[in-house]
Amino acid sequence: MLASSTITTLRQQLVAGEITPRDIILDLAKAIESRNTSLGAYLSWDIDAALAEADKADTSGPLGGIPIAIKDNINVTGQPCTCGSRILAQNYTAPYDAGAIQRLRAGGAIPFGRLNMDEFAMGSSTENSALGVTRNPCDLERVPGGSSGGSAAAVAGDLAIAALGSDTGGSIRQPAALCGCVGIKPTYGRISRYGLVAFASSLDQIGPLTKTVADSALLLNHLCGHDSRDSTSLNVETPDFTASLGQDIKGLRIGLPKEYYINGIHPGVSASVQAAIRKLESLGAIIEEISLPHTELGVATYYVLAPAEASANLARFDGVRYGHRSAGAADLMEHYTRSRSEGFGPEVKRRILLGTYVLSSGYYDAYYIRAQKARTLIRDDFTEAFKKVDVILSPTSPTPAHKLGEMKDNPLAAYLEDVFTIPVNLAGLPGISVPCGTVEVEGKALPVGLQIVGKALDEATVLRVAHAFEQS
Amino acid sequence: MPAAHQIDIHHVAKLARLTLTEDEAACYAAQLDGILTYIDTLTQHDLGAAEPTAHAMPVYDVLRVDEPRPGFTQEQALSNAPKRSGDQFQIPKVIE
Repeated sequence: MLASSTITTLRQQLVAGEITPRDIILDLAKAIESRNTSLGAYLSWDIDAALAEADKADTSGPLGGIPIAIKDNINVTGQPCTCGSRILAQNYTAPYDAGAIQRLRAGGAIPFGRLNMDEFAMGSSTENSALGVTRNPCDLERVPGGSSGGSAAAVAGDLAIAALGSDTGGSIRQPAALCGCVGIKPTYGRISRYGLVAFASSLDQIGPLTKTVADSALLLNHLCGHDSRDSTSLNVETPDFTASLGQDIKGLRIGLPKEYYINGIHPGVSASVQAAIRKLESLGAIIEEISLPHTELGVATYYVLAPAEASANLARFDGVRYGHRSAGAADLMEHYTRSRSEGFGPEVKRRILLGTYVLSSGYYDAYYIRAQKARTLIRDDFTEAFKKVDVILSPTSPTPAHKLGEMKDNPLAAYLEDVFTIPVNLAGLPGISVPCGTVEVEGKALPVGLQIVGKALDEATVLRVAHAFEQS
Repeated sequence: MPAAHQIDIHHVAKLARLTLTEDEAACYAAQLDGILTYIDTLTQHDLGAAEPTAHAMPVYDVLRVDEPRPGFTQEQALSNAPKRSGDQFQIPKVIE
């Protein structure tokens, strides 16, 4: 079955003339049509458009003829881009390609299918989607994680070869961990945010979710690069990330933050990660304890900065230029408030309200400025730690996937699940999640993810460690 | 439990251009109070003389050449308008 294959394998088969791009689309379409009803990974897919692209695909490109599924917050010309929200669910068709999509196309890839997500990427279970439920392929009673839950479920459930997600506080790495696939958030600024619907602009970053580390490296080669339409895009060279794969990790220094290995980690997660650490040690890595003393400030800092930025970014949804427009408003103010109140779901409203509050007169210094100062301390912690070590290891998520509905009435408890991923966004660093075993819960084997964090722009080392671990 | 933060939720909603039912207002006020109580770890922590960080990878003064370049056509820009009048976005009447 081609749908369960990797980019690397399919490329070999395409080049050898054993299969065509059309074969891949047809096989994927069959898989989606038979299993998406139970998994809910995709919100929409257009087989005819994908076949038309497949038939004229230039298979000579490094991604030639490979379909990539897209999180529903990245614009692809002619496709929906709902952000999992009622406010964009109808009457929005993207009039342009995001920068990341243009780069995928330049490599010959075909953007195929739109993946479910927490509304506007706000959440870590995909339960905040207004448009449907996504289930974990390892246990259909459980969440896939989020916010890129559709991306992770599709890749791990063999309904996609690979996918794009976005990561603001862990939204690529955490669902990858919970579903059992690979997900990498590159250094902030590596991949253009042009055409990614903005949630928290200083934290958002696009990245791939794949079945193997090699596929992530290959996709990063094409996704990264400067884009003048994103003023935070870094004008730095993109190395060949695949070149670092296969190199050994002898003498590489790996840091374990003592603040991370404390209470609250599920014992099964802890055991899997400890086993991973021993394995890396047996491959020649040197394990050292390090300290990230401001870890305890991470989640609080994030839940000031991200909602603050979101409240400003989501002001654009005014029912005028695109998106839901309330019928029959008497005046302009009512038009705004009704269109927005009808269009946004509860978690989005909660974060807009929180963000508006922390930015409002009298609270700005107490919350927003203090959070920005705490962000400096968190970033400086990493800078200090990386003087001693090459990468930092932790669980991606402290727990395996929870059951659908379990966290419904406790938003704060759900926020605390992001404790290991959030600091990485605040510091703008690259981080990957690779599968590192499973934990048995109620008769189901639930995946555990190992997070590997590197220095800014050092995705190569992150990928090298992840690949060594994956292949061992 | 009494609220630790006196949040005027309707005022905040007005600033955010949202309308809330009374039930929603009570629910959000209580939830925000809980979240802000957690966030108070920041206000209780001595942050010393740390400078605020807006972006982890700061990029300064990004300028582009000020010259015409391709953009949306009027039709593309209007293609998702919920309501249009000729070549313009239509909104409720603002001036009497």
